[in-house]
Amino acid sequence: MSVELDVFVGNTTIMDEEVYQLWLDGYTVNDAVKVRMEGGVMDECEASKDVLLSDTMDQYRTFQMCERLLHSPAKLANQLLFQIPPHRQIMLIERYYAFDDTFVREVLGKKLSKGTKKDLDDISAKTSVTLKSCRRQFDNFKRVFKVVEELKGPLVENIRQHFLLSDKLARDYAAIVFFANNRFETGKRKLQYLSFQDFAFCAGQLISNWTVGAVDNMVEDMDVDLDKEFLQELKELKILITDKDLLDQHKSLVCTALRGKTKVFIEMEGSFKNLSRGLINIAAKLTNTKDVRFSLKKKKKKKKNIYIYIYIYIHK
Amino acid sequence: MPGKLKAKIVAGRHLPVMDRASDLTDAFVEVKFGNTTFKTDVCPKSLNPQWNSEWFKFEVDDEDLQDEPLQITVLDHDTYSANDAIGKVYIDIDPLLYSEAASVISGWFPIYDTIHGIRGEINVIVKVELFNDLNRFRQSSCGVKFFCTTCIPQCYRATLVHGFVEELVVNEDPEYQWIDRIRTPRASNEARQRLISLMSGELQRKIGLKVLEMGGNAVVGYLQCFDLEGESGLVVRAIGTACTLDKLSSGSAPNTNTHMHPNTAPASNACNSPSKDGKESPLAHGCRSTHNSPVHSVCSSQRLSQNFSVSVPTLIFTGMGSGGSAGKEAGPLRTLLRQQTQTALEQRGASSSGLLLNAREFPFFTLTSFPPGFLLHVGGVVSARSVKLLDRIHNPALGNTRSYKLLDWNSVTADEPETRDAWWEEIRQEIKSHARALGCHAVVGYSESTSICEEVCILSASGTAAILNPRYMREGCLDIGCTDHRFEEPSPPNCGFCHIPYDELNMPFPAQLTYCYHCRRQKVPDVLFTTIDLPSEAAVAGKGCLIQARLCRLKKKAQGEANATAISNLLPFMEYELHTQLMNKLKLRSMNALFGLHIQISVGENMLLGLASATGVYLTALPAPGGIQIAGKTPGDLSSEHISSIQKRINDTIAVNKELYQINPPELAEEGVGSPIPEPRHRSRLFRSHSESSDELSELDLSHGKKDAFVLEIDDTDAVEDIHSLLIDAPPPTGFYSCNTENMPGISNWTSGVQMFTSVRVLRLSNANLTNQGLNKIFTDLCENLLKSFYFKLRSMIPCCLCHLNFTVAVPEEELIQVTVTAVAMTYDKEQTQEKTAEKPINKGSLEAEEQLQFPLELCADSSSSNIQTASKISGVGESTNMSPRVSSLERCSPLQEGRSRSLRSSRSFGGSSVTVVKMTPLSFLPGTRIIKYLGIINMFFIRETTSLREEGGVSGFLHSFIAEVFAMVRAHVAALGGNAVVSYSMKECVFMENPNKNQAQCLINVSGDAVICISETDQESSASTANTGQTGGSETDGAT
Repeated sequence: MSVELDVFVGNTTIMDEEVYQLWLDGYTVNDAVKVRMEGGVMDECEASKDVLLSDTMDQYRTFQMCERLLHSPAKLANQLLFQIPPHRQIMLIERYYAFDDTFVREVLGKKLSKGTKKDLDDISAKTSVTLKSCRRQFDNFKRVFKVVEELKGPLVENIRQHFLLSDKLARDYAAIVFFANNRFETGKRKLQYLSFQDFAFCAGQLISNWTVGAVDNMVEDMDVDLDKEFLQELKELKILITDKDLLDQHKSLVCTALRGKTKVFIEMEGSFKNLSRGLINIAAKLTNTKDVRFSLKKKKKKKKNIYIYIYIYIHK
Repeated sequence: MPGKLKAKIVAGRHLPVMDRASDLTDAFVEVKFGNTTFKTDVCPKSLNPQWNSEWFKFEVDDEDLQDEPLQITVLDHDTYSANDAIGKVYIDIDPLLYSEAASVISGWFPIYDTIHGIRGEINVIVKVELFNDLNRFRQSSCGVKFFCTTCIPQCYRATLVHGFVEELVVNEDPEYQWIDRIRTPRASNEARQRLISLMSGELQRKIGLKVLEMGGNAVVGYLQCFDLEGESGLVVRAIGTACTLDKLSSGSAPNTNTHMHPNTAPASNACNSPSKDGKESPLAHGCRSTHNSPVHSVCSSQRLSQNFSVSVPTLIFTGMGSGGSAGKEAGPLRTLLRQQTQTALEQRGASSSGLLLNAREFPFFTLTSFPPGFLLHVGGVVSARSVKLLDRIHNPALGNTRSYKLLDWNSVTADEPETRDAWWEEIRQEIKSHARALGCHAVVGYSESTSICEEVCILSASGTAAILNPRYMREGCLDIGCTDHRFEEPSPPNCGFCHIPYDELNMPFPAQLTYCYHCRRQKVPDVLFTTIDLPSEAAVAGKGCLIQARLCRLKKKAQGEANATAISNLLPFMEYELHTQLMNKLKLRSMNALFGLHIQISVGENMLLGLASATGVYLTALPAPGGIQIAGKTPGDLSSEHISSIQKRINDTIAVNKELYQINPPELAEEGVGSPIPEPRHRSRLFRSHSESSDELSELDLSHGKKDAFVLEIDDTDAVEDIHSLLIDAPPPTGFYSCNTENMPGISNWTSGVQMFTSVRVLRLSNANLTNQGLNKIFTDLCENLLKSFYFKLRSMIPCCLCHLNFTVAVPEEELIQVTVTAVAMTYDKEQTQEKTAEKPINKGSLEAEEQLQFPLELCADSSSSNIQTASKISGVGESTNMSPRVSSLERCSPLQEGRSRSLRSSRSFGGSSVTVVKMTPLSFLPGTRIIKYLGIINMFFIRETTSLREEGGVSGFLHSFIAEVFAMVRAHVAALGGNAVVSYSMKECVFMENPNKNQAQCLINVSGDAVICISETDQESSASTANTGQTGGSETDGAT
């Protein structure tokens, strides 16, 4: 005796957020049932394991059918197959496009190509994120990248509108796209201690201050490519280390701006000259595109430095 | 040329990629109606084409308009090879044919392909211009409204209820035509879909004609079914109740009068057809009820005579006799009575067709709930079954000449021995005679069904024998909540229907009668079984609950007549056992009445499945049910300890159930009228005495023999098993209730959470040597597990009630058992349930009482009693205040199941979400809303087939997406009609076939319902909300405690 067929379809599509998360995390049906049993849903409604299994299967099937729609979230709102309340749609999309920081840290700055996709099992082993989940996240990056690649207008806004994501998530995706596009290597040992959120912050700053879009907001690829003219102009910053007066003035301005704002202020103040020299040297060389990739990563050595970039820009 | 159909193809979206090279599609559309076809231009290289076509105009007969669907085919243009079909949309234009319904069909329809499912959507606009007065065209019946709802629809009032209409049409099944061997599965499926669409259109038109003939303008409780008889053909049949409905102007208090007008049924063919090869096994489930006249005193002789003068003429043409005319309302005025008589005559004059003088053939009503007071007495369930062999359909008169053309069996001369019509005729006669045996003149809650396996077919019909009140009833009384009349001391409306309609001295079966616990005047049975919904005015204690009896019986494989004989021999035993199970489970829950009883017997090659579902209730008018006593047949067999332990378990279960369903019947103040009413505490003693004298006073129906339902004898292991299985039924978890009727006894304060669902489960029996016992266990577990699954899945809706749980069983293959369930989960407000008791009884206004008598009597009972009801109902003039206001439930007409908890994070906008939310429910109402318009009937038939079963996620994946697609298509059609909900939704057919070895599967689904526009009731008075829901289904019943 065996259950040959078992389906449950609601007019309003029934989705359990917990099961959805398990599905997204790449659990198999049986593993998911185990997790749910441990979670204590069974006591809630006097359910048995069979009931739980049947429910989990139903939900997994629903999610699989929905997955196609989640690939272009705008469709979810005007498709007819599933009647899903809007707040649920938002939840579905947001969760589907959510990612693990440990995973994204591994692929950040890498080319979103088939080659990288092949390495996903290694990444999966390393980050202990299931391969299924890795694939979903990777495909999400790739999909977002492909869509916004061809669009004009501000990157974050494009992502938010096309994928109906929250502001936070859209910004994270913008960072991922930005890194993937500029191929900034983030895998170097010296950079290992930086989290994705650190990089995302850098990306955010770069996008809003350094890109083509920051200057002119109707250019293609505006938020993805750095503004070359600007980089050219950075050369002129050399004066800040060559001219003693300017160096001092620079230092005092930076210090005034940063006083009390960073914990490493004293350290920074003490070694300002060295830091400044290092940064300006890098900045001066950024015109060479090849170098951009190499140098930028160095700049991100210390989080506090970021304030300096901002300052540099303001100063100019 | 009475009609012009216009269609415009606007655009498409989400089309599938048809050209691999470009990843795009060159789509165009063919629009076909009848034999005329139009095409749009090709919209090259687009998955979201904009055709914006001209208006395609079809000039057609209105007859065709009714029969034919508009067929829209989306194709991919191919220069070099044949164009590929993307999919089709069939649009039933019937809703456009009557003025009150939709005026235009416009919206996005899913493009459906029988092999690939939904493939994108298409935006279409359809209009109809009708030129002539429709009613002059006798071949068409445009303008007759159809409702699936089995009660008088909201926002209408019934001025006349004409009676039973039925029709069937037969054709060859395209799947079994020779051409099917050479055509593609797609072509075959489409031929079938189209044919069935045509046949249902034709059927509806013919029923409409009958209704017009009777002088009605609507069919309520329309039930259409398909019999897929395989080789022998395809039968589409329908039954319904013809009515004359008046639209209520919106906003005005429903002031609905209903009048029975029974005599205008079409003359049916005499039942002169002997069933040669079929065996009949009819069983009347007598379920006791009171009889009326002799017992109780008549209030005023004057009134009596007045009434007589009214009912006499009725007697002539109903042929059924008896003035069931005495009012519940006290002291009607003489002037009114004069009016009444007058109107009666007018009425008859108005509908003076020759038919009037015929005896009313079938006084059947497919309605399950009625305006209060309409139903005078309920006799009990009547049912009939008959086993037929299908190969006999090839009778000489038709021979093999049946062509593709539609054939109407009715057009065949009546002496044709084996027509489907004659079969049903027989069964209906049977039902009618059962009803008469119960002293009833009508059958309400009537339905018909079939179960087919190979060439054997079981035809079943069942209903509830009843005596109806021929007077007009004012439905308006529902507004004011006549549910609460029970609080007035002697209040007949809430117990009247329990009183036995048959003669006490001449009972059709032995039953234990007591005086009614409410009025103490008339006799009531100890248990009442019915197929209808709980009348809204009935007095109940506590909550109701779903009660199911499940049974499997193995049978030897056989062919032809031997098989039919074997089946018909088994049927009585199955019915008996189902009945016993129901009775025991009822007792176990400490209840005394069943509503919505539906017994399905399904035939397979090697087994029969029986499933009886009903909603158990404690009616306070009926005596308290006894417990169950266990007795060993021979004391030596089983240790008395064992017996007493089982007894203890049973007693505990009863106690737990009483608690669970809050059954605390009101204490009886006095033992009036010397009725032998046992007090609850004397129960056990009473029992014993029963069992001693069980020879004379059997608790069970006569039809089921002599066994006493109260005493379970453990004479062998089987019996032990039976008792165990009794106790297996787990009560629903806390916060859940379940029922299979329209209204949940004891719960009426619904909040807006609504979740309709369909669930299908198929079990494969791997063990070849199963016993009946083993099978029973498997089948019971299957049903129980399904229920458990529902409770689990819907746990977020607690407190909630599963309403209208409709189980359908089938044996699609030798070792498969299929159970299909459709139901709706509705949330309710727990707090208010407890406040219920504080509600004040509200009386109908006296004005109403007057109005009720303004109308003539036309339906009269056979029984000679003239005065049926306790005539002493005090219609005090109460203030028409509302009941306790329904508080939280009436937030916005929230389209979401999660309506309660949502909108926390709706800050982000969803650009251009154009999809209308369409709610669906198998009930006739949506809580918290008012139906302002019925847009027409939805009756859709889909076939889905796959040759890549594994790739689609196996059988479950395949069926899951198909059901989701069916829902989507229903919703799209409703939205295109301008509606936002489907009420009285049902899935009539879900036939699933698979061949996993070939990686193939096929499924057929037939769904129906009423498309409606409903609006939130937020702005309404709370009383109005109760009124409306009450009006539709008598759906709100308070739990009196």
